[in-house]
Amino acid sequence: MDFGLSDDQRDIQRTARDLLAERARPERVREHAEARTVDQALWRELSELGWPGIAVAEDHGGQGLGRIELSILCEELGRSLAPVPFLPSVMAATLIEHAGSPEQRDRWLPALAAGDATGALGVAVDGTAELVIGAVEAGVIVLVEDDRTARLLGADEAEVTPVASIDPTRSTARVGAIADGGEPLTGDVSAGIDRSLVAVSSELVGVCDRALEMTVAYVKERKQFGVPVGAYQAVSHRCAQMLLETEKARATAAFAAWTADAEPDRLPEASAMAKAAASDAAREVTASAIQAHGGIGFTWEADVHWLYKRAQLDAALLGGAKRHRAQLAVILAEQLQASATA
Amino acid sequence: MDLTFSPKETAFRDELRAWLADNPPDPEPTDGGEDAHYAWRRDWQRRLYDAGWAAPSWPTEYGGRGATPSESAIYFEEIGRARVPLAANTLGLLLGGPTLMVWGTDEQKERYLAPILSGEEIWCQGFSEPDAGSDLASLKTRAVRDPAHPDEWVVTGQKVWTSGAQYSKWCMLVARTDQEAAKHKGLTYFLMDMEQDAVQIRPLRQITGEAEFNELFIEEARIPDANVVGGVGNGWKVALTTLMNERAGLGFALQIRLRQLLDDLIAAAAERGLLENGGAGSYSDALAELHVRCESIRLLAWKGLTDAERYGQPGPEGSLVKWLWSDTNQRLTELAAEIIGPEALTMGTSWSYELLRARGNTIEGGTTEVLKNIVAERVLGLPRLKVAV
Ligand SMILES: Cc1cc2nc3c(=O)[nH]c(=O)nc-3n(C[C@H](O)[C@H](O)[C@H](O)COP(=O)(O)OP(=O)(O)OC[C@H]3O[C@@H](n4cnc5c(N)ncnc54)[C@H](O)[C@@H]3O)c2cc1C
Repeated sequence: MDFGLSDDQRDIQRTARDLLAERARPERVREHAEARTVDQALWRELSELGWPGIAVAEDHGGQGLGRIELSILCEELGRSLAPVPFLPSVMAATLIEHAGSPEQRDRWLPALAAGDATGALGVAVDGTAELVIGAVEAGVIVLVEDDRTARLLGADEAEVTPVASIDPTRSTARVGAIADGGEPLTGDVSAGIDRSLVAVSSELVGVCDRALEMTVAYVKERKQFGVPVGAYQAVSHRCAQMLLETEKARATAAFAAWTADAEPDRLPEASAMAKAAASDAAREVTASAIQAHGGIGFTWEADVHWLYKRAQLDAALLGGAKRHRAQLAVILAEQLQASATA
Repeated sequence: MDLTFSPKETAFRDELRAWLADNPPDPEPTDGGEDAHYAWRRDWQRRLYDAGWAAPSWPTEYGGRGATPSESAIYFEEIGRARVPLAANTLGLLLGGPTLMVWGTDEQKERYLAPILSGEEIWCQGFSEPDAGSDLASLKTRAVRDPAHPDEWVVTGQKVWTSGAQYSKWCMLVARTDQEAAKHKGLTYFLMDMEQDAVQIRPLRQITGEAEFNELFIEEARIPDANVVGGVGNGWKVALTTLMNERAGLGFALQIRLRQLLDDLIAAAAERGLLENGGAGSYSDALAELHVRCESIRLLAWKGLTDAERYGQPGPEGSLVKWLWSDTNQRLTELAAEIIGPEALTMGTSWSYELLRARGNTIEGGTTEVLKNIVAERVLGLPRLKVAV
């Protein structure tokens, strides 16, 4: 058993963190959030570095690395809240890779890997998907219905209505297919969804990590009654709890990312577990971050609220914690039954 | 024990309910921004005032109805139930007026109370500072006597979280008048005229995107000696009177608001088939728990009033109710994000506003951590952590 990242993976992590610390500074994120715009310059830069194609096969112009490497980038982008459509693009690419035909893959994966086109993934109910992240600027949109059937829509085959969500660091839209628009994705939709769940969970780990880091720094500095507020156990225990939640989310997301490549049979269980843990953790940790900041945490300028908002949207994305726990219970019951009959 | 209203209380409620039914406010303005909204609430206060309903708990000699604490609670419940706004001059009616009744001179009561009640003069509260939140008594805004005009004070400092400052004529300002004295002893409570250039108001944007509050930058503002409330150096005691009033009335209106949100949420869950027993998607357990909390808040709030009426002082309920209310409102609005779904995460909807606004509930009016300290120390008598004071 070895939980450590390889040297190469650590390099990816360090490079990503350094780059985003420089290019996605809070002022810049806030600027784009207020204007509700994508940071196109940053997206071009990340594309040139090959980020969108990190987990896309080399045949399709990607780097052909694994889900762990992808998770590392998701986490760093979650930390920085960089206003780029990375997560929706890699989710769309994942669906196309696992559920698309060879033609569909040839058509879209190279563009997505190069960042020339961006993608989006929506969960539709009766044909319409709400709050689809990145759909406004997407060249290709995957709409999943009932967890099983999926349609692939070119931008001109989808009806995209921008809707302002509470998280303006990225675009959101209502998406429906125009009559008979798009084509079905007939392959393994679940495999694509499960891997997408891991990507979202990893982004949430980054959100938690950043919230914790900002909070610990703040409560060491902020003094009331002559001592740093971090000295009060009400505050320090809150921070400790934030760490616990963050680490739970991190461990389960890492397990799920590893499973995706190494033991795909366990992925349905691992991804449901990761998404349940990360969704709960992120909502709790970011709420705690606001609380520990006191009044300043409630202000626009303090920047903690972006994390709370990101957490709320990601927690709901592809189903909330409650749904994934229910899913998990079904999987566990099946496993028990299987081992009893074996 | 008798958990019903007395005939007098019932009569009070019925009279108010009938009046509210016959005299609804104008429809809430949909454009014109905050100013239009405030003008609407000011107009509403005028109507309440004309009918004698602006501040029923004020004694009759000051234009109120001399309502008992229970009747006052009924008043706020009914205001909440009717979904009408609070009177525009909330801080003047709930905090400023009652503080003056305790500490003000006859001249001050004569001068200030009537325009508070009519809404002619709006009041705001200048207590918190950027570096003095939980530790309010460490505030640094300074007031010194002008050597050239010894009956005037010159005030410099910064205040934060001042709601309604842009509409206000008077600010309840706590400032340090004695640098040498122990921290609670060097404070004085003033009424500061907001209509002077030395007071600059800057809107404070909050996580909902709007600016419900302001920062005040005070640069050599002038306050006459006659506007000291409760005596020089006595500011902390006077401020405590204001803070005690802060929680009293509003709680009942907030509790009804919580009830209404919960009713809306239960209806939404039923409509979406999310209450079926035992089903994987069922929210019946979580919603029932919120109902228990909501009822506990209501009952504890009423129990607190009984204690206040019988023993002359509020029990621990005040802190417990605020703690439980804020926590419940946060749970409820986060649960709504799950039950209502995308709409609750879309800007401009009331659910998304409630979700974001609720984050402030455990901070404003004393953070939950500080409330727990109060309960632990004053109610349970647990030893206090020694910190510099
Ligand atoms: C929405 C909103 C409305 C407000 N309205 C008003 C208003 O109308 N008038 C007004 O004067 N003020 C108002 N305030 C200010 C409010 O009273 C303060 O924000 C609050 O008292 C906390 O102070 P602070 O922000 O300085 O946080 P801090 O005191 O710096 O607290 C930071 C963290 O440390 C914790 N902490 C601090 N001291 C202790 C302790 N001794 N033990 C354990 N934990 C501790 C806090 O709980 C918090 O989690 C408002 C604030 C908000 C958010």
